Amino acid sequence: MLELHDITAGYDRKAPVVRNASLTVAPGEAVGLLGPSGCGKSTLARVAALLHRPESGTLLLDGEPVRHWRHRAPRDLRTAIGVVFQQPRLSADPRLRLIDLIAEPLRATGRRDEVPDRITELTPAVGLTPDLLDRRPHEVSDGQLQRACLARALVLRPRWLICDEMTAMLDASTTAALVAAVENYRAATGAGLLAVGHDQTLLRRWCDRLLHWDEVAAAGMGKLPRASGLREPSVVPPAT
Amino acid sequence: MTVTDRPPVLSVRGLSVRFLMPGGRRIAAVTDAHFEVAAGECLALIGESGCGKSVLASALLGLLPSNAQSAGQARLGELDLLAADERTLTRTVRGRLIGLIPQSPAAHLTPVRTVRSQLEETVGALTDARGRTAVRSAAESAAERAAFPADHLDRHPHQLSGGLAQRAATALALVGDAPLLLADEPTTGLDRDLVDHTVDELRRHVDDGDRALLMITHDLAAAERIADRVAVMYAGRIVELANTEAFFGTPGPRHPYSRGLLDALPERAFLPIPGMPPELGDLPDGCAFAPRCEQVTDACAALPPTTSHIACHHPHVPEDLRA
Repeated sequence: MLELHDITAGYDRKAPVVRNASLTVAPGEAVGLLGPSGCGKSTLARVAALLHRPESGTLLLDGEPVRHWRHRAPRDLRTAIGVVFQQPRLSADPRLRLIDLIAEPLRATGRRDEVPDRITELTPAVGLTPDLLDRRPHEVSDGQLQRACLARALVLRPRWLICDEMTAMLDASTTAALVAAVENYRAATGAGLLAVGHDQTLLRRWCDRLLHWDEVAAAGMGKLPRASGLREPSVVPPAT
Repeated sequence: MTVTDRPPVLSVRGLSVRFLMPGGRRIAAVTDAHFEVAAGECLALIGESGCGKSVLASALLGLLPSNAQSAGQARLGELDLLAADERTLTRTVRGRLIGLIPQSPAAHLTPVRTVRSQLEETVGALTDARGRTAVRSAAESAAERAAFPADHLDRHPHQLSGGLAQRAATALALVGDAPLLLADEPTTGLDRDLVDHTVDELRRHVDDGDRALLMITHDLAAAERIADRVAVMYAGRIVELANTEAFFGTPGPRHPYSRGLLDALPERAFLPIPGMPPELGDLPDGCAFAPRCEQVTDACAALPPTTSHIACHHPHVPEDLRA
């Protein structure tokens, strides 16, 4: 189980973006979280992905409460979660070839010897071709880069996947291909999924269960000021 | 529905763009594009990312990098945009004949200045309004035309929501009263309600005047909502040009690629087209879609000619027309 209980989180103590949000994802389940842009759903996804420390509330991962976030989170927890972000350009190091981008999590966790096998498995699974692996991000399209980012998220075989607007920048065919790749992985491994987005048609088709933001976070807190609906939070979370 | 009896605002004939890369490689970004957009009409150019849509837009505005070669014609009134020199493009085309609505308004606006100051600058540069009060009121009326709220004019771009930033950028594009609006992916990253809203507002600017709108997008739902006609682009070529109603409704698209694109929608079959688009630097001699096409035959080794707005050797035939 991935359980978020009564989470309050944000970037300013006086004005949290998420207030008292709760949701659970069962093993093997696909949960879609639906909300308009700027509502705080990405912040909640970052809390679930151990990328943002909440101000209060608890996150239980397979029954164990999470006590540390970001670089302080223990490795076995961090590697249990795979994350795919909205903008592949902002979430890929422009200096790395795609093959290194995908292999980086294995190298960082001392599992270098698995690199050749995992690359051979994942390249066709996400729909990449071997000749693309030697290119750098500026030499591939958004869709191809997002495929590599998905492969990077899957390379450690996470038990939980968090997809934050994974397909918002992509065309219909690439969207369908990436969702199919995620579903194939989940069918093979039984991983749970939290898919965050604003496209109701897509999430309804993709997920077992659909949650609206109003059901997840506390209602009646008044409308929060919105800084910019268009700007994505950067991949590196602001220091807390 | 389609306004065909009016003279086209923009007429593109055989437009091709090639990028010359180091080592003698040539990238065929756009090949032999033909289309027209009439006043009061919206044409949506749809296709996957990297298929050459934005290069086409840059070619029309004369914004191609120096290693690009373009051929063909793009007539806007009496002017051939591809043959025009930089001076003509700066003084008469950009902003005055073509208004650009950018992909990411938050990045298009100057972050350190208020919306009012940016509007006033544009008014001063593009119109005859002179003097502080005249410029100020012209800027306010430009904001009003784009439904940008007057009490937000003194805000900086980072203080605006995505929808308002989009309206600010639209207001800037409308200042010069250009006959052609060019919207390059105006809805990327917006949520569905905002997409609908943005698209409806763009449509209003076409409906209420003599403007033509060329919208470049990969969002099929947005294209269906706004466009009179759609042009489907694949690997740099326009492979199908159809009326929106026929394309999204019955009889549906005819090119196998367009059919695959629609079938990939989550409200339809949700099945991806197998494979990936070809490299623009390494296109096959025949039909570029053949490697991904279910109906591929030997004929596909030859380049399909564009007949009745479709470039395919065996386009889909609706049921009731089959013998």
